[in-house]
Amino acid sequence: MQEVMKKRAKELLASGEVTRVIGWKKNEFDYDITPAVFETAEAIDRDFVYDDFCGPNLSKFTFQHQKNDTKTLVFLKPCDTYSMTQMVTEHRVNRDALYIIGIPCFGKIDIEKIKADGMTGILSVTSEGADVKVHTLYGDKTYVKIDVMAERCLACKSKYHTIYDELIGEEGEVMETDRFDQVKELEAMTPDQRFEFWRGELSRCIRCNACRNACPACTCESCVFDNPESGIAQKAAADSFEENMFHIIRAFHVAGRCTDCGECSRVCPQHIPLHLLNRKFISDINGYYGEYQAGEEVGQRAPLVNFTKEDVEPDVVAKGGK
Amino acid sequence: MSMNEFKPKIVAFCCNWCSYAGADLAGTNRLNYPADVKIIRVPCSCRVNPMFILRAFQRGADGVILCGCHPGDCHYTTGNYYARRRMTMLFSMLDYLGIEKERTRVEWVSAAEGAKFAAVMNDFVKTVTELGENKRLEDLRCKK
Ligand code: SF4
Ligand code: SF4
Ligand code: FES
Repeated sequence: MQEVMKKRAKELLASGEVTRVIGWKKNEFDYDITPAVFETAEAIDRDFVYDDFCGPNLSKFTFQHQKNDTKTLVFLKPCDTYSMTQMVTEHRVNRDALYIIGIPCFGKIDIEKIKADGMTGILSVTSEGADVKVHTLYGDKTYVKIDVMAERCLACKSKYHTIYDELIGEEGEVMETDRFDQVKELEAMTPDQRFEFWRGELSRCIRCNACRNACPACTCESCVFDNPESGIAQKAAADSFEENMFHIIRAFHVAGRCTDCGECSRVCPQHIPLHLLNRKFISDINGYYGEYQAGEEVGQRAPLVNFTKEDVEPDVVAKGGK
Repeated sequence: MSMNEFKPKIVAFCCNWCSYAGADLAGTNRLNYPADVKIIRVPCSCRVNPMFILRAFQRGADGVILCGCHPGDCHYTTGNYYARRRMTMLFSMLDYLGIEKERTRVEWVSAAEGAKFAAVMNDFVKTVTELGENKRLEDLRCKK
């Protein structure tokens, strides 16, 4: 797969169709992957990778290249195409400035799961089919891929690409998932238990803003959390109120637009399950206003900028919900 | 402070065209509702975004209520339909975080419903009084 992608990228660069390529490259470690921009065939030969660690969603990285007069090639996994479709729908990105290649994804590995199993001194990790071979200073170990896969990939909603100019590999399908199970578990708790649970999670937030910065739905050029007048810009939360407020507002601002790509939870250095907030909104929207998947097709109208005259009244919540 | 002395602070966002006029009518008709209800006039119920509600709690409110024109009667035709979805989502999220769901409310009050305005406020104050002080969304730095 990686080689086919490299070949295609170099062809498109050589033909002048595109002048830059957004892809992934390796840092010091096999599992330390970062999004990168390539402008030459040499750079692609040297650094370009696509493997089971290429989790970062590249759709947001197109944002800063959309104003160039030449096209940018971007590789998108199925879940990344939902984000891209949503950005195009919202006119956040100029579709004509992009050349999109859809690529398959068979689930990404979460290195934290391997580390949590006590692996240290990791020298390399290779993933082939269902086997993940970890080579360390102190010996080797092989894992079954599903045991070390990222949570978000275990609950993958789709292998289908919602937007592309060309596809490498075969098209997949929308899948059944159990991604709302944890939301339901929380809903079944008492308010006191839920309060305790969220205090435990949200109080760890260091306000690094990584969740916002990684989110492809968060593309505002000026963000409420950077507003010096707001009293909450560029600083750690000073109080439990600020922690709650940041998380409620962050999730609210993407409600109805969040595609559930899982980037926010992936990048959080504090392992806060932000997806449980997003999925709450998604499941409420599905329950109250009808099934809705953001980023499914260009031109959809997001549920929070829409209404029907028959919508439920807000007191439905006080009455016990759906 | 003992429970029976507790007087909740209530913030009521009222849209200019219906509910604020309804509050006025309650006043001119000399209908009683607790003085701890602080009205903030907004051009339309949909002017209120979730941050307004959270800020009110931060600054010491024990309950926050949003009042607007009845659905279909919004001065801007559809503002309250958007507000309705937005508040449903917000209230549900607050409940999900374990914050008492009785502390927030939406009521549609027309300019002619002075009596309803007073009744709604009395009822809401009663509910929030029973709940007690807002602890889960308080900001200690704002407490006097
Ligand atoms: S909120 Fe999280 S899951 Fe939703 S679009 Fe943003 S990064 Fe993706
Ligand atoms: S990434 Fe995690 S720690 Fe950083 S601001 Fe978001 S929730 Fe807080
Ligand atoms: S003007 Fe009253 S709700 Fe819009």
